[in-house]
This record gives sequence, C-alpha cells and structure tokens, in this order.
Amino acid sequence: MQSLSSSSSSSPSLQQEKQDISHLKSVLEDNSLTFAEKAISIKRVTKITGLDSSNKSKVVSMAGDIVIVDVDLAMAQDSTGPLAIRSLNEMGIDKLYDPSKVLLVIDHTFPAADEKVANLHALIRDFTSKHNCMLVEGSISHQHILEYLAAPGMMILGADSHTCQAGCVSAFASGIGSTEIAAVWATGELWLRVPETIKINLSGTFNKGIFARDLILDYIGKVGEDGANYKALEWKFSNEDVRKQFSMDSRACISNASMECGAKISVFPTDEITREYLLENSKMNNNVEKIEIQPGSSAKYIDEFEIECNKIEPQVSGPDHVDIVHSVDELANIEIDQAFIGSSTNGRIEDLEVTAHILKGRKVHKNTRCVVTPASVKVYEEAIRRGYVEIYLEAGAVFTNATCGACVGTHLGALGENEICISSSSRNFVGRMGALSSKIYLASPATVAASAIEGKIADSRGYF
Amino acid sequence: MNDESLSSSSPSSSKPTSTGEPALSSSKEQLQRVTGLSKGKAWVFGDNINTDIIIPFRFKSRTNDPYEMAKYAMYGFDPDFHKKISKDDIIVAGRNFGGGSSREQAPVALKYAGISAVIAESFARIFYRNAFTIGLPALEIPEIKGKVNQGDEIKIDIVNFTAEKVRTKEIFYAKQIPQFMSQMLLEGGLIEYYKKYKQFPWTERKDF
Repeated sequence: MQSLSSSSSSSPSLQQEKQDISHLKSVLEDNSLTFAEKAISIKRVTKITGLDSSNKSKVVSMAGDIVIVDVDLAMAQDSTGPLAIRSLNEMGIDKLYDPSKVLLVIDHTFPAADEKVANLHALIRDFTSKHNCMLVEGSISHQHILEYLAAPGMMILGADSHTCQAGCVSAFASGIGSTEIAAVWATGELWLRVPETIKINLSGTFNKGIFARDLILDYIGKVGEDGANYKALEWKFSNEDVRKQFSMDSRACISNASMECGAKISVFPTDEITREYLLENSKMNNNVEKIEIQPGSSAKYIDEFEIECNKIEPQVSGPDHVDIVHSVDELANIEIDQAFIGSSTNGRIEDLEVTAHILKGRKVHKNTRCVVTPASVKVYEEAIRRGYVEIYLEAGAVFTNATCGACVGTHLGALGENEICISSSSRNFVGRMGALSSKIYLASPATVAASAIEGKIADSRGYF
Repeated sequence: MNDESLSSSSPSSSKPTSTGEPALSSSKEQLQRVTGLSKGKAWVFGDNINTDIIIPFRFKSRTNDPYEMAKYAMYGFDPDFHKKISKDDIIVAGRNFGGGSSREQAPVALKYAGISAVIAESFARIFYRNAFTIGLPALEIPEIKGKVNQGDEIKIDIVNFTAEKVRTKEIFYAKQIPQFMSQMLLEGGLIEYYKKYKQFPWTERKDF
C-alpha cells in the first residue's frame, strides 16, 4: 500500500525526469544543431512568438528563435553593478531569485582610485552582504569565472561585454546591460535570440613567436568590428596537433577578444584540455551540471572561415579601432611611451610567462614605462611563485595588483596628451586609456614586451 | 507603481553615492510616452561609433547619476557635445553604432543629454538591447546611408517604427522588433514597464 502510494505520488516527477534525460540525450546527439542551438535546447525555455509564449519546457530551439532561458550565473562588475542595483531599487525589487547565482566583482578600478569610485564600491558591498550573493574583489571577473565558476553547458550572462570569455570552456556566455542583469537577478531568466553561427576551421601550427592574440587580431582585421555582430563563433580544430596547441589560456584570449568583432558567444568544443583545466581548477559551485556539448556534424552555419595558423604573422591593431590591423613590420619604429601587459584578454599566466622570458636579464627602454597587471589573484600568486615578478622588477617594469587597471584608463597607467601605448589589453578606442589625443596599439604580450625593451613597436620573434 | 514609489528608500539610497540623485524614471526627459512621436535635428556620424566615444569609462565609472553621465555624452567626439545639442535632437549614424562595452551608461548619457532617438545603418548587439531597456528609441535603417545631412529635421514615430525626413517627406521603415520590445519602448523602458505591470515585458502578460 505504502509503496504503491509513494510511487504514484512521485511518478509525475519521475516521468518528468525521464523525459528530461531523454530530451538531453537527443539534443546532445542531434547532428543538425550548432553549439548555440544545443546549449539553449538543453535549458528550460519559453519560446516567444508575438505576444504568445508557451509554458517553460525543454524543447529544441533553433537559430532565430526568441526564448526566455534559465540563467546559471549572472554577473556585474564595479562599473555596471551600481546601475543594476539602482535599477532594482527603482523597480522596488528587494528579493533576488537565487542569490547563489549572482556574482558581483570589484575589478575595474580596484582598489578604488578616488572617493567617487570608493562610494560605488561600498554600494556593491552593501548589496552583496544584504542579499548574501557572491562578491569578488581584485581578480578580473572573466578570469575569476573561468578559474572558479564556469563549466561546459552553463548559461552565463554578465553586465560586461567580455563575459563571452567563458566560451573557452564550452559555456554559453554573453554580455548584456545593467538593468537586464538586474532583471536576471530578480527572475533567474532572460530573453535571448538564438544566434546564427559562424564556424572557423583552424589548421596548421603557429610559428615561433606567434600567439592566439595574433590569430584573433588577424581574424578581426579581416571581418571587421561588426563581422560577427549577433553571431556565435564556433572554433573547430582540423586535427589533433592543431587542437593541442590551443591551451586554455589561449582559448580564453580568443573567446574574450571575439567581442571586438561583435560576437554574442565564442565557443571552443569540450576536449581533454577543457577536462584537465576543470579538474585542476576546483570549482566553487560543484553542484553545477557539466554538460559537454559538441556541435553537430551537419549543423547549419551562416558562414565558414578557414584560418591557417602557420601563415599568421605578428599582428598589431590600431590606433582607434581594433579592426585596423597591421603586420608588426608596417608599424615598427613607432616610438612608445608605455607598454601595458595585462587585462582579461591577455593577463593570464602564459602571457606573464612569455613576457618574463623576453624581459629576463634585459631592461625596459629609458623612454618607456612598462606596466604588468595580472588578470587574477591566482595568476598573481603563480607569477610570484615562478619568479616572474622579480624578473619584471629587475627589468624596470611595474608589477601591479590584479585589476582591469590601465585597460580602462582610470588608474595604474593612464595616458597623457599625445602619449602612445602598446598594449595586450582588449581595446584601442579613442581616449580609452586617458587623453583623447593618446594612441593605443594592441598586440600579443610578446610583441608588447619586445616593444618595451626597444622603446618602439618591435617584432618579438628575435627574442625566442 | 506610480511616482511615489520611484525613489523608494531602500538601504542603498542612504549611501552617499545615491543621495540626492534624481531617479532614472522620474526624469522630465521622459520621451514619447504619450504620442510615440518626436522631432529633432540630425547629428550625423560615420561607422563604428563605439561606447568609449559615447561615454568614456573614467567618467561613467565614477557616478550613478544619469544627469552626470549626460555631461559626457559623445565626449570622445566632442567634449562639449552635450552643450551643443538641443532637446529632442537625433543621432543618425552608419554601421555598428555602440560597439564595444556593455555599458548601459552609453544610451543613458545620450538620452539624458536630450537625444530623442538614434538611427543607424546597424547597431552593435548590446547597445541595441540597452537602448530599448532604458527607453531610447534605436531605429535600424540601412537605407538611411547618405540620405540625411547634419541639421536635417527628422520625425520619429515609435509606434510604427519609422523615421521621416521632414523637408522631403521621405519615410524610412526601421527593422521590425519583437512586440514585447516595442511595448517596453512605448512605456519608456524596462523600469517604467515593470513599475506599471509588475512584471517584465517578455514574460507572459497576466493583465491582458
């Protein structure tokens, strides 16, 4: 009797669970779906057509569908969080849907550069303490998410354009604005349009002194600043040798920098490198389901692109627009006032490794300042452990705390009138690092380090 | 729901940063709430006007006050832009307007500086979403290229989502948007919509 009644009462949910598992299996095995279509189809969604919306359920979603989707992690940082908090207050929303999925990061101007910033930081701390949600100070949000929170198959939204970085571990990760992230905090969901996908086939191996940053700058130079606007980028390796040369740090660089051609997401398939990375970096939210998503072999792409890694040269982008891309020779001899190694695009341990290698036993040019800023506390600690910090200091560079720092021009390396900076950071837009008349060139950390030594834009290949 | 609840005294509003700030939604600059129409002079820009041009980080990261943000609208183009424009002026731009950062302060700065709408051949994804969210009409009209000169008078209709060049009576149709975005825009943005209906525009409307 008892067993009968208990089985009958649990059967609807059991049945639901069975259905969910079979839905998940069929989505993951569906050869006709792109990564983006699979990543959204494995979530509970509501489809919107006109004013009608279906009940939330697990259904297959295709490019072009507009869906309301459950979000696993919703982040804002110190220059977008205060506005999100303000919006929540204005709407009179006092309760978060699930505080364990809400992350605030104080990273852009950390520690506070002045009183006004300090007050906004205080607003964030009050909010996280009141709502008991996650607060991180120091590490750049995208790097922290990669190190501690992101997993394959997660739906991650952030009030920061470079949130797309987490695509490097096969998460659906994308940037939105402050008030929309506030809406996610309040409801746990948001509407999205399932993006069309551009597939990029990678072949060949990099020559010495060529890095992921050169590859993505080269790509952006070819497709333009809006070349992937609204689109998903799916990176595909043509063989094992190609695959193995893309470490997690280099994938993070590419997924992050894909924002500069407008990509909504930029994803790498889950492979051994992903699995090893996830094992080595213990996750704070171990309850998050890791769902490995491989794009279907007959999925429909809006465009395909071939990149031969062996043909890429050192690239330098700028000034003023990321898609103005030159080979390093074309700009060689432009004198620089500052060299900046850091940011979420290129402030990881591999970036510090290569720059320490170049700077070891050498001196930064007398007319140039060199600022090195790690992307996270974890990267910072590792740099100390490996002796890189000593190398930087001996070379005459400045090693700062982990922050976005000079990339956003508020502290730790702002530019004055007419100054020129070569930087491994994300953007070279007019006035981004300071004076409107200053100029920023973007390049790989290796090119930046070589330029720091020579006092002008320089080819790093002679240093390997 | 109505104006009393605008600057509700939540704990954070006692912090120095938000003391005395006007609420985003109680602004006198509320646009097109009633008629869906606005008219203004065009400011013409080229391609790839990014968010660092619209409002540099170092200014937007130091305030939570939309009127303060407005002082830096289009700073990267001209630091005095906010003084030169008149209320209801319209930006007409080329491709990829608002590329780069996710900063919602970009459309906020434009709106509170007095810009009543942005027309562009295309918009960067996040700026486009943010513009609707904060109630700044963003009309994607590829055919606008080369059709508008600096100072031309433009009439915007956000119900039919069209732009009219007043002198020639030429009407341009903007790319259609989902109905829920249109309704959000007509209410003046996401915050206004939420305050009126107590739910977000993309969720199923219970009151219809």
